[in-house]
Amino acid sequence: MAASLVLVLLIAVTVRAVLFRSSLAEIIAERVEVVSPLNGWKRVVEGLALLDLGVSPYSGDVFHETPLVIYLFHFVIDYSEIVFMIADAITAVALYLAVQDYNKIVFRKQKYTLEAGRYPLDVVELLRTPKEMMYIPIKVAVFYLLNPFTVLSCVAKSTCGLNNAITALFILCTIKGSALLSAIFLALATYQSLYPFTLFAPALLYQLQRQFIPISIHSPRFWIFTSQYGSMYLGSLVVITCLSFFLLSSWDFVTSVYGFILSVPDLTPNIGLFWYFFAEMFEHFRPFFICVFQINVVFYTIPLSVKLKEHPIFLMFMQIAVISIFKSYPTVGDISLYMAFLPLWHHLYRFLRNIFLVSIVLIACSVLFPVLWHLWIYAGSANSNFYYAITLAFNVGQILLVSDYFYAYLRREHHLIHGLYLKKKDGTEETLILK
Amino acid sequence: MGLLSDPNRRRALTNLVTRLNTPLCVMCYIVGITWFLGLAFEPFTLRTYMSENAMGSTMVEEKFVYGDRALSYSREFSGHRKKVGGLPVDWLVKTMKSRGLEVYKQTFSRTLPFPDESKERYMVKGTNVYGILRAPRAPRTESILLSATCSEGSNNNQAVGLLLALASYFRGQVYWAKDIIFLVNEHDLIGMEAWLESYHDVNMTGIQSSPMQGRAGAIQAAVSLELSSDVITSFDVVVEGLNGQLPNLDLVNLFYAFCQKIGMLCTIQGKLQRNDWDTLPGYSHSLNTMLLMVLKQSSGRPQGDHGLFLRYHVEAVTLRGINSFRQYKFDMSTVGKLVEGMFRKLNNLLERFHQSYFFYLLPSLTRFVSIGYYMPAFSFLILILMLRALDLWVQLSNTPHVQDDEEQDPGPSMLSLATPIFICHLTGLALYFLPILSQDMATQHFPVSETEAVVFTAIAIYVAGLALPHNTHRALSGSGTECGWRSLKLLSLLYLAVLLGCTALINFSLGFILAVTMVPMAAFVQPSGPRVLYAFGLVLVSPACTLLLSIYFYHYLLEYPITLLECWQQFLMAISQGILDHHLYGSLVYPLISLFIYPCWLQLWNIVFWK
Repeated sequence: MAASLVLVLLIAVTVRAVLFRSSLAEIIAERVEVVSPLNGWKRVVEGLALLDLGVSPYSGDVFHETPLVIYLFHFVIDYSEIVFMIADAITAVALYLAVQDYNKIVFRKQKYTLEAGRYPLDVVELLRTPKEMMYIPIKVAVFYLLNPFTVLSCVAKSTCGLNNAITALFILCTIKGSALLSAIFLALATYQSLYPFTLFAPALLYQLQRQFIPISIHSPRFWIFTSQYGSMYLGSLVVITCLSFFLLSSWDFVTSVYGFILSVPDLTPNIGLFWYFFAEMFEHFRPFFICVFQINVVFYTIPLSVKLKEHPIFLMFMQIAVISIFKSYPTVGDISLYMAFLPLWHHLYRFLRNIFLVSIVLIACSVLFPVLWHLWIYAGSANSNFYYAITLAFNVGQILLVSDYFYAYLRREHHLIHGLYLKKKDGTEETLILK
Repeated sequence: MGLLSDPNRRRALTNLVTRLNTPLCVMCYIVGITWFLGLAFEPFTLRTYMSENAMGSTMVEEKFVYGDRALSYSREFSGHRKKVGGLPVDWLVKTMKSRGLEVYKQTFSRTLPFPDESKERYMVKGTNVYGILRAPRAPRTESILLSATCSEGSNNNQAVGLLLALASYFRGQVYWAKDIIFLVNEHDLIGMEAWLESYHDVNMTGIQSSPMQGRAGAIQAAVSLELSSDVITSFDVVVEGLNGQLPNLDLVNLFYAFCQKIGMLCTIQGKLQRNDWDTLPGYSHSLNTMLLMVLKQSSGRPQGDHGLFLRYHVEAVTLRGINSFRQYKFDMSTVGKLVEGMFRKLNNLLERFHQSYFFYLLPSLTRFVSIGYYMPAFSFLILILMLRALDLWVQLSNTPHVQDDEEQDPGPSMLSLATPIFICHLTGLALYFLPILSQDMATQHFPVSETEAVVFTAIAIYVAGLALPHNTHRALSGSGTECGWRSLKLLSLLYLAVLLGCTALINFSLGFILAVTMVPMAAFVQPSGPRVLYAFGLVLVSPACTLLLSIYFYHYLLEYPITLLECWQQFLMAISQGILDHHLYGSLVYPLISLFIYPCWLQLWNIVFWK
């Protein structure tokens, strides 16, 4: 399998290198779907120029990346293309290793349950086979590396690729069971784009499960581990933030990065839901609706954690998807991260209901984005409503996709406990309805 | 959401869709076509109205009485034009200067990718002359433009004469709040493209031109004049621009409002309006007008000099003076009054045209069909593709139980799908690049001119594409499987749906014509049954045949039917013009057809010969 991973990496690097050298790179780097005000490469270059002049990079309201990223590129600005390719490669390899490990755990668990005879008899066809699971890690890597969204994001040099790499490393460390590294990478991911702090819940749940600590408020071990993990996370967050402070010797970056993420002052159109609402809204409703929209991003953590506390990795997938749909400046790079997980849930395929519809919606919308942008900005014949309509359709498609996977997962778990062919009391076939 | 989550209802719906698929598709097609035909029926359309406040409520009084002066200018111009044998630049500059304009000239040159036989030009050199009348009453940030083209031949002298007379008259007025540019461009669209590119300081088509010496403000609106007789009987307004883009409907309304005020006859697509909408001839007349507009728009060619302005966010129309056998004629003073009135109203504009519609079809000058009315017709056609795709999807997801026994690997089937798609697109790339690249080679080996070489290479590649790709999967996996062609068809249908959807958004007419022809065949092709019939049908709906039939139909609608031989010649010319339009002005029709529509059609062709 390692050979095919290397092959995929080579193909991915070739595709990116060719695109970097072509005239398309400039066009892609301008697309609002691919770069946001947060992660645009142009803005990073601007920040670097300001830094070189001895001015705070955050003066001028153009640059909104974190200090660590600007210092990273301070040293490797000449090799930026390679850095972005490496970031993508790291993400893919980390996901590959993580998924490989996770599959082993899932299979072992299934074996124990099977040996204990706790599965109903008729669920054999739902059980997972090693043959089917063997190809999943490489499929995950392919889904990430060759996804057009990732390629576009990398060619546009959107720093979203770096954030994805950090998140992927965090997932790898969590699955490998290293609490400290996991906390550090989670802190880094939070530091980079704020929203990943909701991944604290799945990471904690996974590690509790791994160490066989019962999740109950009465168990002292639960509290000890939670506070340990929490303090590691908070500690590294504080260290990283202070490091940034010492690098720039000012707290400018806090308002410029996190204030910018939270209060959404830049309403450049993107594939998210924020810009149109806040462009249309009366100014005095703005604070209220910003609160509503931002709470919406993190709100799903609680119900999902309660419902999926036995399945933390699926919870993690759901969380990443929810963040990338509802965050304030989403780009296609964010979407590609959660889409990389889709092969992992290949076994849910038979329970998916709208996959055909949803994939058509997603593909059609991705093609329509540039068309309507052209009509709006260049031809001047359409207007922002046209573009926003597509944004809405695209997001509805994503939400349907995620909820479809959620439903399928729950349904499979239900069948694993109650048997595949459910009978009603009067003997007719029963149907499950999600309401 | 009940439909999406309740399995029983879903099953019922899926059963309905699969069982009634063919009747549903036929019904959708009929509904789509009927809807479209109904658009020309007057009670179903909206009356045009002026949305722009700045132009609606104000009154202007036209005082232009210098029709004789315009005629004397035009005679003088035509004399100098004959003497110089082209645009009399020096005379124009002198005349404009003496009328008190700021005059500049701009030279340009362009070598066409291959000779244009219909206009007999290859290496084009020319000069544009333009004068700017500075606005006395406002900062010079906005402008309006009046243009008259001066191409080979001796027509359009009167337009230049009127332009000069208007310039000298406008110079004496005090109320101008926008700069007015008077432009005389040589070599019609090529000169216009050169001028527009320099004015906006971009270079998109590789034209060489001298830098622009003087500029006015951002152009808000432009009117292009075409007059070739001293008196006219009516005015024809031309709206279709590059890539089927249309000017804001308010500009057309403005023209119509002034025609009404002055009492001049005005036509669109050369058709007068009739009042008997409730009779069959009346209906067929407005349908005729609308279909002409659809055909012109779908060609993606600028139908007048104004067509290139639209890309730069400048609303523009061409006014074409017609001199027919009618008794009542209008002299230059009346024509001048019309243009003066339009310019005075444009002068009142406070912001860019944005109020009214940009997407519309015009069955007559008083009636329009907006995007909300015509899109459903198109959606019904796309719905057919969706229904078929859904049907195929259901079939595909039900068959795997049978397929499992054959131990079919996903690898080869993927490969056998990807190869035909790849080859189809490769043929498309060849169709796009080769005709221009190989013209030298073709002229060396065959006794043809460059233009013929390009056109015939394109046709040869097009025809060769039919023979090429449909054997690949046999070489790969022995024989085509049932599953294979279904998947290929599913992909092709979705591909076609997305393509047509995008096309219809940019150029509705093109998308609609392609949908009307391709969708029914695309929906019903399969490798079994009457395959010869399918193959014949597919050839009939292929883009080239559609073009041929459209040309024939266009001339039929113009009430000027042509023979098949003439049609074939027109067809060859249309291909060369299409390629030239792409290279000269950046028209998107040729790349769209050759890179996307044609490969998609080839995939469907593949399905017929799958086994």
